[in-house]
Amino acid sequence: MHIIKFITFLTIGFFSLAANAALDIEITGGGAQQTPIAIVPFGNGKSIKEDMAKIISDDLYRSGLFRPLNTSGMPNLPTNAAQIKYPEWAALQAQAVVVGDVSALSDGRFNVAFQLVDVLKQQPLVDMDFQLQAKHARMTAHKIADVIYEKLTGHPGAFASRIAYVKKLGERHFLYVADSDGYNSQSLVNSNEPVISPAWSPDGSKMAYVSFEKKKPIVFIHTLTTGERKIVANYKGNNSAPAWSPDGKRLAIVLTYGANSQIYTINASGGDLQSITKSRGIDTEPAFSPDGKWIYFTSDRGGKPQIYKTSANGGSEVSRVTFEGAYNVSPRFSPDGTKLVYIRNDGGRFRVAMQDLTNGQVQLLSEGSQDESPSFSPNGRVILYATKKGARGSLASVSFDGKVRQSLSEARGDVRESAWGPMLK
Amino acid sequence: MKNATTIHSKLLIAAAISMLLVACKSTPMKDDAAVEDKSAGMSTSDGSDVKGAVIDGSGGDGSMNELNDPNNILSKRNIYFDYNSDAIRAEFRPNIEAHAKYLQAHSNAKVTLQGNADERGTREYNLSLGQRRSVSVKTALNLLGVSDSQIETVSYGEENANPACGDDDCYQADRRVEIVYPNE
Repeated sequence: MHIIKFITFLTIGFFSLAANAALDIEITGGGAQQTPIAIVPFGNGKSIKEDMAKIISDDLYRSGLFRPLNTSGMPNLPTNAAQIKYPEWAALQAQAVVVGDVSALSDGRFNVAFQLVDVLKQQPLVDMDFQLQAKHARMTAHKIADVIYEKLTGHPGAFASRIAYVKKLGERHFLYVADSDGYNSQSLVNSNEPVISPAWSPDGSKMAYVSFEKKKPIVFIHTLTTGERKIVANYKGNNSAPAWSPDGKRLAIVLTYGANSQIYTINASGGDLQSITKSRGIDTEPAFSPDGKWIYFTSDRGGKPQIYKTSANGGSEVSRVTFEGAYNVSPRFSPDGTKLVYIRNDGGRFRVAMQDLTNGQVQLLSEGSQDESPSFSPNGRVILYATKKGARGSLASVSFDGKVRQSLSEARGDVRESAWGPMLK
Repeated sequence: MKNATTIHSKLLIAAAISMLLVACKSTPMKDDAAVEDKSAGMSTSDGSDVKGAVIDGSGGDGSMNELNDPNNILSKRNIYFDYNSDAIRAEFRPNIEAHAKYLQAHSNAKVTLQGNADERGTREYNLSLGQRRSVSVKTALNLLGVSDSQIETVSYGEENANPACGDDDCYQADRRVEIVYPNE
């Protein structure tokens, strides 16, 4: 009886997710081992506008690793661990239950107490309190989802993070910043000229990007909270491909003057320009290794574009990193520095490839034909990239093991130039 | 003040990204059921407010002169290239020679050579490919006696490319250098 109920609830659950889709999410693969989990609506949850339990539930669902039970199938709605009747949840096959309670504080803020319990062992796994302003309820819910994810999988979550992407709508170019679940999107730049190559500062407070607003590519740094925009590189010719050093103090950039693209570093506050590469061909798309010692970059010095590395302090020594395939570009590191993602031209199809830097193994991860702009999630477990459906760009993501895929599309406009930012503090 | 900071286009972008956080194996609950300390109230902050900017460029005055007289070769501003090539085809020589002559006769005139690529490949790499083509036209102008101080080479990469190309006739139109006289 319970089993039949459960299946019914699941059907309803999936239906409601689809109906909720202001966002068009498609998930394939990775579904075989989803942990059933119950996220019970929080007590006094209506005192703040956002439904935190729903946000947590959606986060965990989209990870591809959890199957949240539908609220309408819950036997009752406990708001703390002491109220949980374990056999009822065990009958629904829930392995874990999340309960929470919201209460108003005297200073106008709210306290959210939440607990995660193990149904089989009948004991709490996490018991935490958060104090927040009502407007931070969504991000707090993402932080709670990260705590649950880490406790149940053993790996840090990355729900409490943001992404950036560029959308072209008509003749306008927008650079957007949004929460990792696509909500709370805000436009950082709205221009009639192209914007490309957004790059998050390591602390997430600033964005470097390339704007063509002066009819040529120039590198800007934009402080997110103040809106202050500062030109960091406007030399003769092109100024492009900004990449932050891990300490946030310097940027690697590409300048051309009157010749081909070459890599330089410059202070993030401007000045102290230092030449890194000196070749007659194209050197571009620099990326600092997370230890700050190396700059990996794309170069056609060998005839075809491949990825090379050189010391972040300059110097003439350059060694090649990619050897398979005739076109490997756009290197980006995993946060721990053990993996590199890049774009490979695989028989006419541009796809995301991941190279294990510890053993050199390469795996093709994406399945599109014009995939670009790969970047790792801050927990290193997902790669976000730009892809194309017909003539229209959208975003997609794939887990590092290739098992869980998502396509993320906006209803209108051409989306491209994705970049996943650091965790929000 | 509603400066563009916030376009409230409700983000349809799929949420989900965050989600995909995948574990390497099936992820049953961890065995060690340690209870985390009741934290003494973590304060969650914001960091989520963003201020943006609206940018509108301004055009030139569009006045008519020999540069944009449709009967003058100087109005022909596009030099086209073969796939993956920065070699200037013979058919565009007269064009480049005419601009070289104009620039030498008008020593205060400045020109921007704007390289372009078709959409295949990544944006930053195509920016560099477009630059390669603009450098090729610059070198041709230099050889005809035009001073470096009158020329700036820049690239738009694939930013002006037609996103709906399916064949080389279409891609061909995107592989070009545009000769632009700023403030024209």
